[in-house]
Amino acid sequence: MSILILCDHENGQLSPVTLNAVSAASQIGGEMHLLVAGDQTGNVAKAAASIAGIAKVLVADDKSLENGLAENLAPLMQSLSGSYSHMMAAATTTGKNVMPRLAALLDVMQISDIIKIDDANTFQRPIYAGNALSTVSSNEAIKVITVRGTAFEAVAAEGGNAAIEPVAGASDAGLSAYVKSELSSSERPELTSAPIVISGGRGMQDGANFAMLEKIADKLGAAVGASRAAVDAGFVPNDYQVGQTGKVVAPDLYVAVGISGAIQHLAGMKDSKVIVAINKDDEAPIFQVADYGLVADLFDAVPALEKELG
Amino acid sequence: MKVLVPVKRVIDYNVKVRVKADQSGVELANVKMAMNPFDEIAVEQALRLREAGTAEEVIAVSIGPAQNQETIRTALAMGADRGIHIEAPHDIEPLAVAKLLKAVVAQENPGIVLVGKQAIDDDCNQTGQMLAALLGWAQGTFASALEIAGDKAKVIREVDGGLEHIEINMPAIVTVDLRLNEPRYASLPNIMKAKKKPLDSLTAGDLGVDIAPRLTIVKVEEPTARAAGIKVGDVQELVSKLKNEAKVI
Repeated sequence: MSILILCDHENGQLSPVTLNAVSAASQIGGEMHLLVAGDQTGNVAKAAASIAGIAKVLVADDKSLENGLAENLAPLMQSLSGSYSHMMAAATTTGKNVMPRLAALLDVMQISDIIKIDDANTFQRPIYAGNALSTVSSNEAIKVITVRGTAFEAVAAEGGNAAIEPVAGASDAGLSAYVKSELSSSERPELTSAPIVISGGRGMQDGANFAMLEKIADKLGAAVGASRAAVDAGFVPNDYQVGQTGKVVAPDLYVAVGISGAIQHLAGMKDSKVIVAINKDDEAPIFQVADYGLVADLFDAVPALEKELG
Repeated sequence: MKVLVPVKRVIDYNVKVRVKADQSGVELANVKMAMNPFDEIAVEQALRLREAGTAEEVIAVSIGPAQNQETIRTALAMGADRGIHIEAPHDIEPLAVAKLLKAVVAQENPGIVLVGKQAIDDDCNQTGQMLAALLGWAQGTFASALEIAGDKAKVIREVDGGLEHIEINMPAIVTVDLRLNEPRYASLPNIMKAKKKPLDSLTAGDLGVDIAPRLTIVKVEEPTARAAGIKVGDVQELVSKLKNEAKVI
């Protein structure tokens, strides 16, 4: 049994969620290889080779792989599939884009967003926005899997010394082209791996009011998130969205401000260790999952909270 | 150009699902069903392409039991021109769905397939990408904007870091995200008109596709409920609890 894990990387840096995907793979057992696909990926390959437990890093360096276009990446992964029992990726927008394309090329059914591993063929995954957990087993020759990063403790980024091996076979399928990105830049921690997340909802009333949450985030070293309602209303960009179809977070502390708590939002945050809800409606469903609920007008409570934190 | 829009019948997004006592799945009997909300956005986008003169015909296809014809009628009431129903079990897997859709594409030759990025029941997020692979077409996934010009489409994708702009060759698969548009409601006259629109029925056998499941469902369980929390009186008490009791700040 051996496992190939697709390495997530951005701007020449290995994404931390790769460490969670490796953690999931390590529970399956067998030799673990990482695939670094991109252009000029030397730094990422070095970082990948240092991850504890990795036996080999395959590096596909080609212009056609620079932006992770699924039309180019999936056939490359298919060409590497021969020696693997499992092919895995974190359930990021990159993993979600390419892995089903790979699965169909291999004529296997993918298992999406796993949160628990029973054995090499049996996996648990959330369905219905996490309101039910489905355990499925697969007899496919190759298990193509995406992993929910927050469900697996990250492995150590250091301690490994894997061999780095170039792989050929990349080519441009000529179907798609990358044009540009509009990425949110922030000095704050990344939403899905931040130890504390403070999120705002429709109750924030205006994008400018998120500055109140940002001040608290800066005091706590927290990331700022949002509900779908806040993103739809244009208060904050799409990459803030926490929920069933946005990002899934599980920080030590999640503070929900002016968020009613639709099941689609709860799906993205209810595995947080401690949940705080601040909402003026004491019937809001968010209070059903909150460890500490404060029924208050957020425009009074949030400035008071900032002051109290000193 | 024809636009093909696959629409899935799922438990309505407002319904709190219940797991069956025998752990074989979730309760579907006597539960309100509706079109997958992402597929509604796909239907809306297809209609806008037709209204803009980019497309001539919008075809809604649904795969599942006889009741899926209601979901097709919903798409027809929104404005789709005709429907195709493929008889299959309710819980058919995305790979089999993609193979059936490939066969429909071969019959209909659409210029684009618009589909929801994921279904809110199984949360798989696979079908569009799989169909693109089987057809050898480009895929524009998680689209929040779509612009078609000749044999290319410009797609803005919602990705983890923000937005990504790509250009893809047509024909293509575009999987739609929440912010692409706001779907219209079907008016009563359009609901009446939809009853007369053509709706063909096929089986997987007619299309020569093997739809046998590849995965076995071992069990479906309720997640562990969170222990009940407490209400705090004010911000001072909240901060004190977070520092001294939960010890998270």
